[in-house]
Amino acid sequence: MKTFIGKRALASAISLVGLVILVFFLSRLTGDPTNLYLPLDASLEAREQFRELHGFNDPLIVQFARYVGDLLRGDFGQSIRQARPAMEVVLEAFTWTLWLAFITMTLVTVAAIIIGSLAAFKVGGIFDRIATFFSLVGASAPDFWLAIVAIVIFAVNLHWLPTSGTGTALHWVLPVAVLFIRPFGLILQVVRGSMITVLSSAYVKTARAKGVRTRPIIFVHGLRNAMLPVITVIGDQAAAILNGAVVIETIFGFPGIGKLMIDSILLRDFSVVLAAIMVSALAIFIMNLLIDLAYAALDPRIRY
Amino acid sequence: MSVTDIPTKTEPRERGAVSAWLSMLWADKLAFFAALFLLIVVICALFGPLMFGDLATRQNLRGRNAPPFDLERGWAYVLGADALGRPLLLRIIVAAQNTIMVAAGAVLASAIIGCGLGLIAGYSRKRAAQWIMRLGDVIMSFPSLLLAVIVLYMLEPSVANIIIVLAITRIPVYLRTTRAEVLEIRERMFVQAAKVMGASDRRIVFRHILPVVLPTLITIATLDFAFVMLAESSLSFLGIGIQAPEITWGLMVSQGRQYLTTAWWLSFWPGLAIILTTLSLNLLSNWLRIALDPAQRWRLEMRGRKNG
Amino acid sequence: MADHLLEVCDLSVEFHTAAGTVKAVQNVNWHLDRGETLAILGESGSGKSVSASAVMNLIDMPPGKITSGRILLNGQDMLKMTAEERRRINGAKIAMIFQDPLAHLNPVYSVGWQIAEAVVTHGGPKDKAKARALDLLRRVGIPEPELAMGKYPHQFSGGQRQRLMIAMALACKPDILIADEPTTALDVTVQAQVLALLEELQAETGMGLLLITHDLGVVAEIADRVVVMNGGCIVETGNAAEVYRNPAHPYTRKLIDAAPGKGAMPEERDRSGAPLLEAVKLQKHYGAFHALKGVDLTIMPGETVAVVGESGSGKSTLARAILRLDDPDSGSILYRGQDLMTMHPRELFGLRRDLQMVFQDPTQSLNPRMTVFQLIAEAWVIHPDILPKREWKARVAELLEKVGMKPEHARRYPHQFSGGQRQRIAIARALAMQPKLIVCDEAVSALDVSIQAQVIKLLDGLRREFGLSYLFIAHDLPVVRDFADRVIVMKSGQIVEEGPVRQIFDNPVQPYTQALLAASLDPDPEVQAARRIAREELQQRIPA
Repeated sequence: MKTFIGKRALASAISLVGLVILVFFLSRLTGDPTNLYLPLDASLEAREQFRELHGFNDPLIVQFARYVGDLLRGDFGQSIRQARPAMEVVLEAFTWTLWLAFITMTLVTVAAIIIGSLAAFKVGGIFDRIATFFSLVGASAPDFWLAIVAIVIFAVNLHWLPTSGTGTALHWVLPVAVLFIRPFGLILQVVRGSMITVLSSAYVKTARAKGVRTRPIIFVHGLRNAMLPVITVIGDQAAAILNGAVVIETIFGFPGIGKLMIDSILLRDFSVVLAAIMVSALAIFIMNLLIDLAYAALDPRIRY
Repeated sequence: MSVTDIPTKTEPRERGAVSAWLSMLWADKLAFFAALFLLIVVICALFGPLMFGDLATRQNLRGRNAPPFDLERGWAYVLGADALGRPLLLRIIVAAQNTIMVAAGAVLASAIIGCGLGLIAGYSRKRAAQWIMRLGDVIMSFPSLLLAVIVLYMLEPSVANIIIVLAITRIPVYLRTTRAEVLEIRERMFVQAAKVMGASDRRIVFRHILPVVLPTLITIATLDFAFVMLAESSLSFLGIGIQAPEITWGLMVSQGRQYLTTAWWLSFWPGLAIILTTLSLNLLSNWLRIALDPAQRWRLEMRGRKNG
Repeated sequence: MADHLLEVCDLSVEFHTAAGTVKAVQNVNWHLDRGETLAILGESGSGKSVSASAVMNLIDMPPGKITSGRILLNGQDMLKMTAEERRRINGAKIAMIFQDPLAHLNPVYSVGWQIAEAVVTHGGPKDKAKARALDLLRRVGIPEPELAMGKYPHQFSGGQRQRLMIAMALACKPDILIADEPTTALDVTVQAQVLALLEELQAETGMGLLLITHDLGVVAEIADRVVVMNGGCIVETGNAAEVYRNPAHPYTRKLIDAAPGKGAMPEERDRSGAPLLEAVKLQKHYGAFHALKGVDLTIMPGETVAVVGESGSGKSTLARAILRLDDPDSGSILYRGQDLMTMHPRELFGLRRDLQMVFQDPTQSLNPRMTVFQLIAEAWVIHPDILPKREWKARVAELLEKVGMKPEHARRYPHQFSGGQRQRIAIARALAMQPKLIVCDEAVSALDVSIQAQVIKLLDGLRREFGLSYLFIAHDLPVVRDFADRVIVMKSGQIVEEGPVRQIFDNPVQPYTQALLAASLDPDPEVQAARRIAREELQQRIPA
């Protein structure tokens, strides 16, 4: 188990280092952000001062060495835009995204598992057909399009819900609802397929021969076996939201990490971009670890 | 007692391969219409810009945001016009080319590279296999859409760059699937039988293993096509994908966003085009999964006979 | 009329498949009384398990459909009961065990939980269910029952898993136990133990035992009465010994005649001269597992050498090592005096032609996406010097006729053939190489008895026609008896005993060989009764 985690951590660390180096140099290549922050008529001295302050005058390699040195001391740099430590900005945004991911994925998981299992029990039945069709439509819909259509209907025309921002519980309804649709469609498909395989398995036949009732056959004998492939997809989808539901957060003005990242890239707030990448990489790593632990907990044949 | 225990005499039906496939497609009505729709989309993508390229870019300031279903201006304006008075229907037809080209390019590139690497990783026991898998892990742990955002913002968001970025992020899907399948197929008896006959590694990989992996890959690629299309649309929507005056469906949705309250059709129609295309791809992939599996194909053949 | 415990009257079941409606069983009648053992005997596709599935309400409808008949349990028609009433009978009144217990036990729950579940499902209290499960584990002979309660199915051996299935089935003390091929995948010695356990338990509880099998030996060992099925119909019913002695139906006679182990054993051959193939001190490890512990073997030209042993004995590893599919760790393999282990790959490629293999399962050994022509002609694609391309078509037709098939079969795909036909195709493919030695790895184990006899006959004929040698790997002793010149008995990676076939079968020296012979089941109930006595004596002599 320990070597397993170690190997995983190493792969993640290598990719993270690679990504940080790549982003660091690529971002510097596109020029410095002085012109974005200072007014057009700012004097040459003021520009020079700004560059000096943020260290853009040094050769790239020196800038990189300084950044790595700061990192090792636990300093992730300053946000130019907000004039605060970059990590503080990132963690604040990440908390919002974490909540968004948690609420959405909990709803998705519960709904997809129950509906998917019931659909699999009577394959080709009317319930199965309706569930399958809607899950396919859900899995096919572009989220940005759903988001703007939802805003037009529920916020602009009906005035039921706010268009964007945060504050009340009502502000969460549209982002969660729109984020819900695609993972729900995908996971429902996987639950259904996996459940169909499991329900035709030999051990379910044994359970029937034992006289076990229908509900325990589906939810006790079937579900635990059917969950294995499902968990992988749940993990992928949760990771996708954690990575920043960029589009949804932008449209709904939700102050999550995705929106932060886009804004920071557009304004070349380099320290924030790099800190955000590191935080979401760590989140993905922990997420994958949890998935693996869930695997081992569900299936006694899996040992790391 | 399973159905397969029963002796079933299946006489080989001498029928053309094409007509056999068509009748299996007809057996699944949803998949049939999905295939038909995709065929139309592909035709639009191939010939759209050639036929309507000029009409679709001609501005007509009097027809700004013209509403849909108004046939006074001619059939081109049936879906309405955009903020510069350009006919939406024609713009959607023309935009199909970029949308489909990016998705097809990315899927093709990632499928070929991923499958090739997967064959090597699965079949050879050497260190190369280890490295390939690590590479896959590394790509997997990149936040893919974010990576695309960063790279495209730093580099030029041209069609080629978008294809490359999307292709790289999708390689692990094919790599992992191919490798997992190869590891299993490699141990199958018919591969052992070929080895006993003295078949070369190349023959075993290309004659015995690849044909068995291919159906799975085709099914995944169809599904992935939809995924890549959505990813490209998201990028275009965010303004870091393809840039105007080039058009894609995602970009059209984005351009219409500011007129949402006054002219909903600007965003609605291209969005519908995306959703119908991805839905068709999903339906077709579901059908392929059954049609390409010899153990499941009977479902379609049976239904086909009952209906026809 | 007195009611039977279980009676199936006039039962017909259909299945709707791609090829149209298949009548799985037609107008089947049988009955089972308390304390008796009824065997339903039939080959694959005979419909032998369909009526049992109908009794357990395990037929999926659709595609299945019961078109006529009644199933009476103590005189009450089960087909008229509700699904809930049927469920209450399953596991409580009638229990069932299956072939392949690993697939039939839920992999993610502990065996203690699974056995207790049977009790709880039928209204037993939870704490008592656990105690009952522990009792049952002890009763069916699982070692360290307290510890075993918390273990999972994959942590047991094949024989133990079947004991677990039996424990689970007996949890609610059912009146009837249905056993569907309960010992088919097990080694002969384990098979004998499981059958003995079933008999003991039946004597204790007085339950009726319905046994579904393809094996005349199992019928001879355990059944009181037998029902013989063919093509969905019952062809013969009667007392097991009576049916064996005087089969009334031609199919029953054919089945009895096809049972291996009755023919004359071949004479001992002269073994002087240069051997065709010689293996010296072969060693092979799989991680910590020592699969081959210094195995020696010689095969003379035209000779058939059989290697028998139970699972894990290393017999298949030996076959794979000789063909260099899995290189041995050490030792040498001499083909006509040349060492295959040190040979240049190019020379080895040339020799591949001489050494061919026929695998156990023809469904898996033939590439499903190639036609029969492509499968056979692949030999000449790889070795173009064997045959010029213009002669391929004629030669494929010739080979197909040689193995008893038709030239027009060349255009079809493997899935369009039956198991026996597929194995013939596999043999034709091996012959295309014009080999000197064919290694048969359990080549007839997956086939029905009557097909098995035909394939053996085919192999025997080819040996004479082409002067072939065979290395014949098998777990089934009677098959070897009619066919092999020499027998090698293997156990845990070592050769226990070796000699001419007569010597091994008539005068086995080693206790292990004796135990194997005693455990293998003879189709004749009288022979079997005598053997059982011999086995009990043996058991007292050697501890397990």
